[in-house]
Amino acid sequence: MGYTVIEKIIQRHTQQEVRPGHIVWMILDVRSARDFGGPNVVKNFQKEYGDKPVADRKKTFFTFDLSVPACSLKYADSQQICREFARRKGIKVYDVNEGIGSHVLIERGHAASGSTVVGTDSHMNILGAVGSFGQGMGDVDITFAFKTGKTWFEVPETVKVILKGEFNAPSSAKDLTLFILSKLGTREAALKAVEFYGEPVKELSLAGRITLCSMVTEMAGIVGFVPEANDRFLKEIQDLSGVEYRPLTADPDARYAEEIEIDVSGLTPKAAAPFQPTNVKDVKDLSHVSIDSGFIGSCTNGRTEDMKAAADVLKGRKVKQGVILKIVPATRRVYSEILKQGILDDLFESGAVVSNPGCGGCAEGHIGLTGEGETQISTANRNFAGKQGKGNNYLASPRVVAASCVLGRIASPEDL
Amino acid sequence: MSEFVFKGRLWVLKDDKGNLIEDIDTDQIYHNAYLHITDISEMGRYALGNLEGWKDFPSKAKPGDIIAAGRNFGAGSSRQQAVDCFAALKISLIMAPSFGAIYFRNAVNSGFPVLKCAELEALAEKEHIKTGDRVEIDIRIGKARNTSTGETFQVEPLSSVQRQIYEAGGLFAFAQSMEER
Ligand code: SF4
Repeated sequence: MGYTVIEKIIQRHTQQEVRPGHIVWMILDVRSARDFGGPNVVKNFQKEYGDKPVADRKKTFFTFDLSVPACSLKYADSQQICREFARRKGIKVYDVNEGIGSHVLIERGHAASGSTVVGTDSHMNILGAVGSFGQGMGDVDITFAFKTGKTWFEVPETVKVILKGEFNAPSSAKDLTLFILSKLGTREAALKAVEFYGEPVKELSLAGRITLCSMVTEMAGIVGFVPEANDRFLKEIQDLSGVEYRPLTADPDARYAEEIEIDVSGLTPKAAAPFQPTNVKDVKDLSHVSIDSGFIGSCTNGRTEDMKAAADVLKGRKVKQGVILKIVPATRRVYSEILKQGILDDLFESGAVVSNPGCGGCAEGHIGLTGEGETQISTANRNFAGKQGKGNNYLASPRVVAASCVLGRIASPEDL
Repeated sequence: MSEFVFKGRLWVLKDDKGNLIEDIDTDQIYHNAYLHITDISEMGRYALGNLEGWKDFPSKAKPGDIIAAGRNFGAGSSRQQAVDCFAALKISLIMAPSFGAIYFRNAVNSGFPVLKCAELEALAEKEHIKTGDRVEIDIRIGKARNTSTGETFQVEPLSSVQRQIYEAGGLFAFAQSMEER
């Protein structure tokens, strides 16, 4: 019997037999901790192992992205605790100037296709977008990973999702993702790996794959992969990361827990209403919702292509008086690209606030919390109550957020 | 030596309609109001403190007791206290048809036996296991027996990985033992 993608990756990293339900020891190619969870990893490590070294400092990283540069004393302390530990152990820190950890790992070639990566970030499975088995874990697990270079993992079952049909702008990868999320909910893919097939996903760029795979977390899945890739994507990922990309394919006789077909023909712009990412509605049915603010960024929609999509809508237009649009590029590299390509100029001239790279307004750590009664439309991945302050959050694509900020109500670019 | 055969009194977590309770989340197991507590021995009194019908569990539980729960036990947050509160009461193991992913990791990592049992729903429904029954479970081979009724059933035995961590006394201790070997 053949292997699914996740089974293949795990099998390459363990001596034990890989089958769904088996718990195996898995070698880790990369282990990382961020400014959230990182200080606990340091505390655990010092308590349990003291002066002993980490298993392999070349495969161990800190990435700061949640509150960058620190905007509370707590985060300043947390980051300094990690820096000092990193210096003592000889570990590389991607510091507050670099951007979202998972994206930095992709750009720096650490998360290669077929690799295994863990970190203290619940969206580490975003790395499925580049064929890497990424997994977020708690500080106890990550401490052990730092020390031993291994972790245990229960091999998940895999669900095969086959997408049919075609969709066009203004719908984007985010609308596709929200649509899939509305179909799968939090049960179909729960605790399972997902493989996405079909023309609509095969044609996705790196940014689009990242958007889709990042929200496998919201589907309660372990990790998502898009095995089929066109030459454009292969070139894009290789140029970006500087490492060879080897597409991962499942064996023809691989066994799946389930096969689900979803027709995406005529996909229209979508938004997830508070307070569940699965609470997906058509943007046109939300046109009565007026907004106070918008956020474009996060690990889900923070790449240059996302910034460009927003800039194309905003160019020559103004964010409506009284509305605040906050834009946060995912990484320093994205920042440099939007600067050089003139995208930053279009965003700035529209009246948006553009900050340095990081998680930005995605989590309650950095710029742009929402206040009680505030309604925000955001490109992030979660809209749980309290996640970004006290306000109500809608989730949508960069184009929809941009158009909404121009009109002051939830809108699609076609309404402009 | 770690213990592998447990004999204890059973608690079957059912609701007032007599169904095994599913999706018991970490707030029902250990409410976030008590997350500031760091001393494990203090945590026992809050176990299941937010689960309708089971709030008095800590006063009734005795060391060595065994818990049977519905599917997706421990859904929700990553709080370690939701495992530690049972260790504090000296509950010997928890079985359920399935567990929340992070909950399962946390339990394994702290050396607390969590066992999957596919037949649990059927056993509970047919009252082949009931609160107060005495059960005997060998977690190496997954053989279980209700000694009050004579009924036998199967649970998933500890995987080799789980067993290694369990024998070492938790994940951190296991890392040490890896070095010593
Ligand atoms: S952008 Fe948000 S979801 Fe993504 S890693 Fe940062 S905090 Fe987590």
